[in-house]
Amino acid sequence: MPALRTVYAWELRKLVAQKRTYLGLAAAALVPVIFVVALTLQNGEPEDVAFGRYVRQSGLAIPPVILIFGSYWLFPLITALVSGDIVAAEDHNGTLKTILTRSVGRGRIFAAKVLAAVTYAIVALALMALTAVIGGIIVSGFHPLVTLSGTTVSAGRALLLIGASLLVYLLPLIAIASIALLLSTVTHNSAAAVVGALMISLMLQLVTIIPGLGVLRPYLLPTQFNAWQGFLRTPADWTPVIRAAWVCALYALPCIGVAYLNFLRRDVAGG
Amino acid sequence: MAGAPPVEARGLVKRYGDVIAVDEVDLTVEAGDVYGYLGPNGAGKTTVLRMLLGLITPTAGQVRLFGRDPLVSGAAALEGVAGFVEAPRFYPYLTGRKNLELLAALDGGEAAKRIDEALDTVELTDRQRHRVGGYSHGMRQRLGVAAALIRDPRLLLLDEPATGLDPAGMRDMRALVARLSLAGTTVLLSSHLLAEVEELCNRVAIVRTGRIVFEGALEDLKRTAGGGWRLRTTDDGRAAEVCRTQRGIAEVRVDPLELRFEATEEAAAALSVALVEAGLAIRALAPHTATLEDLFFRLTEDGADPVSAAGRPAETEAA
Repeated sequence: MPALRTVYAWELRKLVAQKRTYLGLAAAALVPVIFVVALTLQNGEPEDVAFGRYVRQSGLAIPPVILIFGSYWLFPLITALVSGDIVAAEDHNGTLKTILTRSVGRGRIFAAKVLAAVTYAIVALALMALTAVIGGIIVSGFHPLVTLSGTTVSAGRALLLIGASLLVYLLPLIAIASIALLLSTVTHNSAAAVVGALMISLMLQLVTIIPGLGVLRPYLLPTQFNAWQGFLRTPADWTPVIRAAWVCALYALPCIGVAYLNFLRRDVAGG
Repeated sequence: MAGAPPVEARGLVKRYGDVIAVDEVDLTVEAGDVYGYLGPNGAGKTTVLRMLLGLITPTAGQVRLFGRDPLVSGAAALEGVAGFVEAPRFYPYLTGRKNLELLAALDGGEAAKRIDEALDTVELTDRQRHRVGGYSHGMRQRLGVAAALIRDPRLLLLDEPATGLDPAGMRDMRALVARLSLAGTTVLLSSHLLAEVEELCNRVAIVRTGRIVFEGALEDLKRTAGGGWRLRTTDDGRAAEVCRTQRGIAEVRVDPLELRFEATEEAAAALSVALVEAGLAIRALAPHTATLEDLFFRLTEDGADPVSAAGRPAETEAA
């Protein structure tokens, strides 16, 4: 049976050949550019956002601002755009029967799709970070950054912390990808999966306004989108980071598990 | 599992709620067969092919491909097996060649090296760099055949392969199947084009609303049609009188151009002597074998009795 690596490589090639892929990547790259351009064209800074008032002191304040800005819906949307489509598109094109009658088992095809969806989320996030850091340095320079605790860290250390923050932010993003993948697998419908994954994420946010349910807040998925901020304090606050790791796993693993079983057993009757 | 037949299905049932799409289907395709799987649309042909390929799980019954169960062995059961169900489907945003490269990667082994030859066989070499999204139906059908050929199959499953092809394409498809069969490939071909099946297949199964009403050699099926004869003489009117008085000659019918009757070979031979003795010259005396089409309609149209129409029940057909 061909290796998972081979199947994964072809999943990536399929993504590269589709327009939808570039829609998300373009958004990820353009948001920091728009922000930086807006910053150069006007005075003042977004004071209502953490790090907002430092965007002119250090370019390294810009990636966290973008992350805060895009955390609840922009990056989940970009992620779901691909992970919600990656199985359903095969249903739509009728190609599931084409690839499932070769020499690769269903489990390996599914694994390759999960990896490709996660890879895409990583690439989109990295692309955003890269344009934000470069754009930020161009307009505001490579200077020390004031953390959420009010302390100042060197520019080099700030860059490291931003990298660590992105990794933590990736955790809830993978959970969103898993939800979208599950919906993609069971609904066979790409649009339903993309919109569904986002709605679930946003609805979870609303749960906390129900009186008495506020205690759930730390364990809801949307809360994990802010966990990375623990790294931008001195000393680093590991509590939200560790919680994000297991809470996101609790969302992601059952979704992937159910999607896997569904994909393994389903009747491929369409196409 | 050397020696296990390419396809062995026993008691296949597929039920969707109250609807029984496939009802107790038994199929055996022996090595070297070109097996025609015939039935009207909606008779469950495609559902059976999907079960054979492990795409859907049977409600009951078993499938063995070269002795391996696709439900147990998964993709390993499809070793040496290739083909498509319904229209072959590809990624529209990839070129024809890229689609084949992808599938060859999923096949592993030498599949990638066979791409050029397969494209050449189905005459898509000129269009291989174009996206499949722009392909005509017939081109996709041919790409489907190419995708099967790169697996170098010992068993080829084709679902209505001639669909969407123009007459030249259909001729080429038939020639290809005949050539592959000569080279030792076993072929299972579903079709409702009776001429195609009659020309290519040595064995047939005829399905009607999910049930097999005949399974066996095409020759055996034709034999069940009984012995019709056609006769032309120098004077058909007088010949008809001779026929009516002759023993063993039944159902005499006078058509404008010829006489038709039912008889055994011996009775027909005796008749020829009687005609000559009556001073009539015989222009033509030939057995009129029923076409597959006659038999097909007899077996699949309303009111047909599967057992008596086939001459014997499908269940007694030896594996």
